[in-house]
Amino acid sequence: MREFTLPSLGAEMDSGKLIEWLIKPGEAVQKGQVVAIVETTKAEIDVEIWFDGVVGELLTVPGETVPVGAVMAKILTPDEAPPARTEGVRQRVSPAARRRAAELGLDLGAIVGTGEQGAVTLADLDAAAAGRPVPQATAAAASAPRPAPAAGTPDDRYASMRQAIAAAMSRSKREIPHYYLAQTISMARAVDWLTAQNAARPITERVLMAAVQLKAVARGLAEVPELNGFFIDGAFRPAPVAQIGLAISLRQGGLIAPTLHDVAAKPLVTVMAELSDLVSRARAGSLRSSEIADATITVTNLGDQGVDSLFGVIIAPQVAIVGFGRLAVRPWVTEAGNVAAVPTVTASLSADHRVSDGHTGARFLNALDDWLQRPEDL
Amino acid sequence: MDDRQLRQVIVAALREIAPEITDDELDDHRPLRRQVDLDSIDWLRFLVDLHERLQVDIPEVDYPQLSSVAELIAYLRARL
Repeated sequence: MREFTLPSLGAEMDSGKLIEWLIKPGEAVQKGQVVAIVETTKAEIDVEIWFDGVVGELLTVPGETVPVGAVMAKILTPDEAPPARTEGVRQRVSPAARRRAAELGLDLGAIVGTGEQGAVTLADLDAAAAGRPVPQATAAAASAPRPAPAAGTPDDRYASMRQAIAAAMSRSKREIPHYYLAQTISMARAVDWLTAQNAARPITERVLMAAVQLKAVARGLAEVPELNGFFIDGAFRPAPVAQIGLAISLRQGGLIAPTLHDVAAKPLVTVMAELSDLVSRARAGSLRSSEIADATITVTNLGDQGVDSLFGVIIAPQVAIVGFGRLAVRPWVTEAGNVAAVPTVTASLSADHRVSDGHTGARFLNALDDWLQRPEDL
Repeated sequence: MDDRQLRQVIVAALREIAPEITDDELDDHRPLRRQVDLDSIDWLRFLVDLHERLQVDIPEVDYPQLSSVAELIAYLRARL
């Protein structure tokens, strides 16, 4: 028998509230399957299990708040378990859709999803709410309170997210001696290359410069591994590959930094697809636990908001954060010695001085620059 | 499809990304991306959504012609 415990869902998270189990005793589960929805200070997270087995006993009840590491369920290994019941296809519902259904008072079981793999989308819920027969109004029904939303109100959520960000950033500024570097990089080649690539692709495969920049960061880190990893118990522990946390602002305010995995090894089109998917799910409130906890560095991009450059605050226990400003046409001295109007970007690095020095940081920004000059090799 | 229907499609696609926007507060002649706070990823998702709803391809070089809802309607009308 193995124990399923609440995984860490970010540096500042020490507990989580179980919203719902998606499994039942006797049911077979597979590594990577989403088994529970847990609310943290920042978001509702789809929590995945990391081994195969058959559900024995569910120990945590919905609504209960448990610390990270608490045993939430007992899982039988495949050889000790009685033959598992095979369940029908599970209905896929994001936390955002679940909330909307609760607000609208809809029974999710009665809704046929039209999204990916039959997922129930917000549009399905709106359609169901619009098309549903108006119930016979009785005095009692008319005065009944609206069903309570599954989670706190948006204002509560925002307040607790603000607190989580405040705690993480205060800790960072208290404990981490930051140093800061910036470098303005010509993007002429990258822009020309990407424009030509995109002109030949259908709109559904169009790649944004943000994805090119992420790939260049991952490649640069492979050359300067001193910036990629964790500072734990007084020592730097380098990570084998870059798992890039992506600072994503949420429409209702606040931000969250889920992880894009193995960016260096993936083709650019895949990085773009995952980037787009991650941003939309982060904003819809349906991230998975494996996307929350294990970033080895963070990238923040405020280019779309028009800022020239930014210097991020490191998310402990990571040891660096890379920032990108806007793609701006600036006067530039070309290799031939002429001044030309050239698209440029200012990349920045905030890094932990306990682990690395400015020289190392400068090597990274140079490596980043080099990769952005040969985008076809990314 | 007339302009009013085109506008409805545009608003429906926008609401997939920015559920908080309402029909009447959207000003057709103000710059759209700033008005609705769409970053480049939102903008691309919005165009892909329009592409799926209307089967119109929108190349990157045409982005400068698409700054407002009114411009979008005119652009799409010419390509349907």
